[in-house]
Amino acid sequence: MDEQRAAYDLLVVGGGIAGVTTAIEAAEAGLTVALVEREPSLGGRVARFHHYFPKLCPPSCGLEINYRRLREHANVRVFTLASVESIEGDSPEIEVTVCVRPRYTNPVAFDYGEWAKTCPVDCEDPFNYGIGRRKALYYPWDNAYPPRWVVDERAVDDPAFREWAQGDPAGGIDLDQRERTVSLTVKSVAWATGWRPYDASKLDRLGFGELPDVLTNVIFERLSAPDGPTGGELTAPSGREVNRVAFVQCAGSRDKDHLPYCSGVCCAVSLKQASYVRERLPEAEIHMFYIDVRTPGRLEDFLQEREQDPRITLHRGKVAKVEQVEDGLAVTAENTLTGDRETVTVDLVVLATGMQPTAAVEKLAARAELDENGFFIQDDEPAAHYGVGTAVRPLGVAETLQDATGAAMKALQMARRS
Amino acid sequence: MAETAEVKVGVYCAADNEVASAIDLEALEKVALTEMKAALYRNHPNLSSAESVEQIRRDIGEHGLSHVVILDRSARAFPGLFEFGPEVMVDLVPLRELVIWTHDANDEDTQMLAEDYLRMYVARTKNLKRPEPQELAVERRVLVIGGGVSGMRSALDIAGAGVPVTLVEKTPALGGWAAKFTRSFPTKPPYDQLQNGDMVRELAERVNGDSAIDVLLDTRVTEINGQPGEFEVKLENGGAPQQLRAGSIVQATGWRPYNPERLGELGYGKKNVVTNVQLEQMFANGSVLKADGTAPKSIAFIQCAGSRDKEHLPYCSGVCCRASLKHAMQLREMYPGINVYVLYKDIRSPAQYELFYQKAQDDPGFFFTKGEVQRVDEKDGVLAIDLDETLLDEPITVEAEMLVLATGIVPTTSVEDGVFAPGGGEENKPDTRIRDEREEGEVELELLPSGKKVAAGAEKGAKILNLTYRLGTDLPTLKYGFPDSHFICFPYETRRTGIFAAGCVRAPMDQAQAMMDANGASLKAVQALEMTAHGQTLHPRSRDLSYPDFFLQRCTQCKRCTEDCPFGALDEDEKGTPLPNLARCRRCGTCMGACPERIVNFQNFNVPMGNSMIKAVEVPEELEEKPRLIAFVCENDALPALEIAARRRMKFNPWVRIVPVRCLGSVNTVWLTNCLDAGFDGIMLLGCKHGDNYQCHFVRGSELAEYRMENVQEKLQQMQLEQERVQVSAVAIDEWASLPELFDDYYEQIEEIGPNPFKDF
Repeated sequence: MDEQRAAYDLLVVGGGIAGVTTAIEAAEAGLTVALVEREPSLGGRVARFHHYFPKLCPPSCGLEINYRRLREHANVRVFTLASVESIEGDSPEIEVTVCVRPRYTNPVAFDYGEWAKTCPVDCEDPFNYGIGRRKALYYPWDNAYPPRWVVDERAVDDPAFREWAQGDPAGGIDLDQRERTVSLTVKSVAWATGWRPYDASKLDRLGFGELPDVLTNVIFERLSAPDGPTGGELTAPSGREVNRVAFVQCAGSRDKDHLPYCSGVCCAVSLKQASYVRERLPEAEIHMFYIDVRTPGRLEDFLQEREQDPRITLHRGKVAKVEQVEDGLAVTAENTLTGDRETVTVDLVVLATGMQPTAAVEKLAARAELDENGFFIQDDEPAAHYGVGTAVRPLGVAETLQDATGAAMKALQMARRS
Repeated sequence: MAETAEVKVGVYCAADNEVASAIDLEALEKVALTEMKAALYRNHPNLSSAESVEQIRRDIGEHGLSHVVILDRSARAFPGLFEFGPEVMVDLVPLRELVIWTHDANDEDTQMLAEDYLRMYVARTKNLKRPEPQELAVERRVLVIGGGVSGMRSALDIAGAGVPVTLVEKTPALGGWAAKFTRSFPTKPPYDQLQNGDMVRELAERVNGDSAIDVLLDTRVTEINGQPGEFEVKLENGGAPQQLRAGSIVQATGWRPYNPERLGELGYGKKNVVTNVQLEQMFANGSVLKADGTAPKSIAFIQCAGSRDKEHLPYCSGVCCRASLKHAMQLREMYPGINVYVLYKDIRSPAQYELFYQKAQDDPGFFFTKGEVQRVDEKDGVLAIDLDETLLDEPITVEAEMLVLATGIVPTTSVEDGVFAPGGGEENKPDTRIRDEREEGEVELELLPSGKKVAAGAEKGAKILNLTYRLGTDLPTLKYGFPDSHFICFPYETRRTGIFAAGCVRAPMDQAQAMMDANGASLKAVQALEMTAHGQTLHPRSRDLSYPDFFLQRCTQCKRCTEDCPFGALDEDEKGTPLPNLARCRRCGTCMGACPERIVNFQNFNVPMGNSMIKAVEVPEELEEKPRLIAFVCENDALPALEIAARRRMKFNPWVRIVPVRCLGSVNTVWLTNCLDAGFDGIMLLGCKHGDNYQCHFVRGSELAEYRMENVQEKLQQMQLEQERVQVSAVAIDEWASLPELFDDYYEQIEEIGPNPFKDF
């Protein structure tokens, strides 16, 4: 079913913190905005972080404020479970076709929390990067926006699920929903398509995917979060007691065979995660292997606080391999300048993997030039299509949100031109 | 604000199986109609259905309802659903969250709780009305202060959005520091070639050629008065005063280099030792030569010269590593045989700049050494730099004919280090005026009522904006003199509404980042005009139309409101009576919480509202052994945390009644004494964390609440009550799991000290 063509000043693609910010800042500046997010809830990557550096505060705090701004603003139309199918034409009449996938539920005040526990079908849980499973009828996360239950599309045709769903106590489940397309005319498109963690299984000899207690930084965030699969308890997947943790910086970054660039945030992320360990396992020793510690600006204080912590040791060296040994995981690092080798044995290894722009791994409908790593090539001028935040360069949240606010300025100029 | 004859309340209650099987709805209806005098009460099996919304709309018309109270889910659950136009006040009671999911079904205490919430919200709603928007005829012009990269980029953006700009620059030319640099870092693939410095010149040409931008050179701001939408700006242009009106302001006043005179231990003052900024000047002059006029055969760079150092600049300026790589490449071009030594702690070349660093590493003329410089000596025209080599863990000496100190960035808002620049133009000399004033102690620091100093003014006392605000002349700074604000989620969450910092004044950054930052700040400046014109406040209560009403006839000039406002919205007349500037106000209610006379109130959030909720709770007599606790809960973080805990079906202590507030700063102590008078056994205040890593988006609401509790403690003593009767706790939004325990633990404490002795009076 096609909806009538609707006109907006701005289309924002991607409902992570960058896209949400661009959308609401533009709307509050007087624009009409359509926000398209592929997942059932807004929040993107930061929704899966436990805390931000350097304040060690939860991302949901800022998201909550932005959600309220969105909720109360009639100028923003949010499409979740939606993706841009095609784009035709140029500003001020860019014609966009958006495909909206079914949620299989209608809004009801009833909360399925208790009943969903009886659901006989569960699915792999991408929110937790595949750790654990979730029920086929699920609430995306505690701070979900829109605040609605979803049926996992992988379970819709499962007879066991369909039979169970017949007992729906509130009449909110609607398995007959179908995909629909929406046609939009917009004056510019902000591509806030974000990033994904570099695939750590491509990293030879670092053990990810082979050794259970080798994790990545994004997975470690989930293990530290109170809404994560362990309820925030730091445990090694093998069940081994954790007394020693190693953080491996530049895992697949600053490396011509993987990501040649630096993601800029992984050092601060590991220092932050060192705090998670200190908080939960006060006796554990922490080793961080680095080439250069990159903590610009005020993050220097954040670094120094941790450098002074006797339980945190910083080792200069690039980790060459991680191996299972009798008493844990042996992390061997090579000092690239001196050639010296050093081995430290730990219980848990966290690979600080970098960011890869979404456009590096999938084709976007954007009419924009990309560099060989998938980042948008652009200047600061208004344009019909522009990348936002980590679509343009690897950035931390604070800088991403400067850029996201600035993207709304580009949208405003494009809207005023026409 | 008083209850008027027109108040007609309609009450609607969710009545699906989940609710109807847990509480007695007939009893609820009786409370609504007989006790609370509601005009109408209806149960509905699906309140959020279109049919139900239509029913409410019909009732409003037929029964002339002025207020609608809906008992179902919290406002978070129903985005934009219950909207019945500007005449009707709608209040949502989170019945499922606060009662049904979190308490035992069909329990006497759960029923009492549900009835209490009904009473509290009906009582409250009678004190609320829709605010009339305070629209303002805004001056659609933005003042941009500073004509460097950030200021120029801002001006172009704002003009591009159709809003005229006045760009004020204190020197005779646009361009700022960047105009002095001949080359810049790569910003385009393959990210390994230096770019020429034309970008700055082109920006300046565009600014000069834009008819919507008035450029005022040689001009300083001498005074800013007024508020967003109508700032009155006084300027001084070569001794001649000038005036203009602007609706909002971008402060892009930039940076200056760290004073190298302080870096004697790194060799500054010796022959052939220069700073990175002085080296730029040499490049601009066309040649880099030693003091004897010959070309250097070797040159060393000391990174972090005066940076990442508690004795100098504790922070990292982020750009000096790249600047030195750039300089070294320029030198390698100029003198192909030259050897370049880069002595560093960490090379910081994030993002695509890594490719630029890789290019330098591939150059055989570059030598990178990681270490801490110990001393610099000069002998026979050669500089010997001793350093502790971090990697080999042994001291080494690097010799070079020239030495460059890579110094960092000091924001112009800091007067800590005077001003230093190559060439020493008049504008770059230390600003003795500021210094003298500071030494004479004329720069005011704010005091909290406790006598505690707070960094609410520009802490180093730089006077750039010259605001006539009660709380100081400039943007308040966080650490190290940068006028930043909550810098993670809301980079432009300014503490002086309508004034936004951009570029290096806000945080150290390079040109590309400064342009990005300017895009953001300029959006906020235009947005501020838009929202102010409609009477809407800015972030975080964006678009709130309510505003504080001051009943000044009863004002005692105690100055608490003017001192406590985190946004400097309130000025004072000579007697100390507040002079509100509503367009500066962010509607947090801190003034309302501060006022001992209770004369500051919002239309839809006020002291009588809180009092009515307190009085509406039925407090059982002591013999019934049903204690009552009340919790004032910040609606930004603690309240959503409670709702998350509720959705997760955690059980809450049955004795607690929740009152949501805009910010703990808005809690007036009269509420607390009224709670004690009403027989509540204990009072909790749940707000955001404060301190360096503060999470309060009204900056210091929870901190103020804590301070004000000291006064409450005195009151408790007078009433001969235990100090535990009032407790303030910090709760982050992700700490939902701890809430039930927090309530239970507090209850245990109260149980130990026993019931409130005023209960049965």
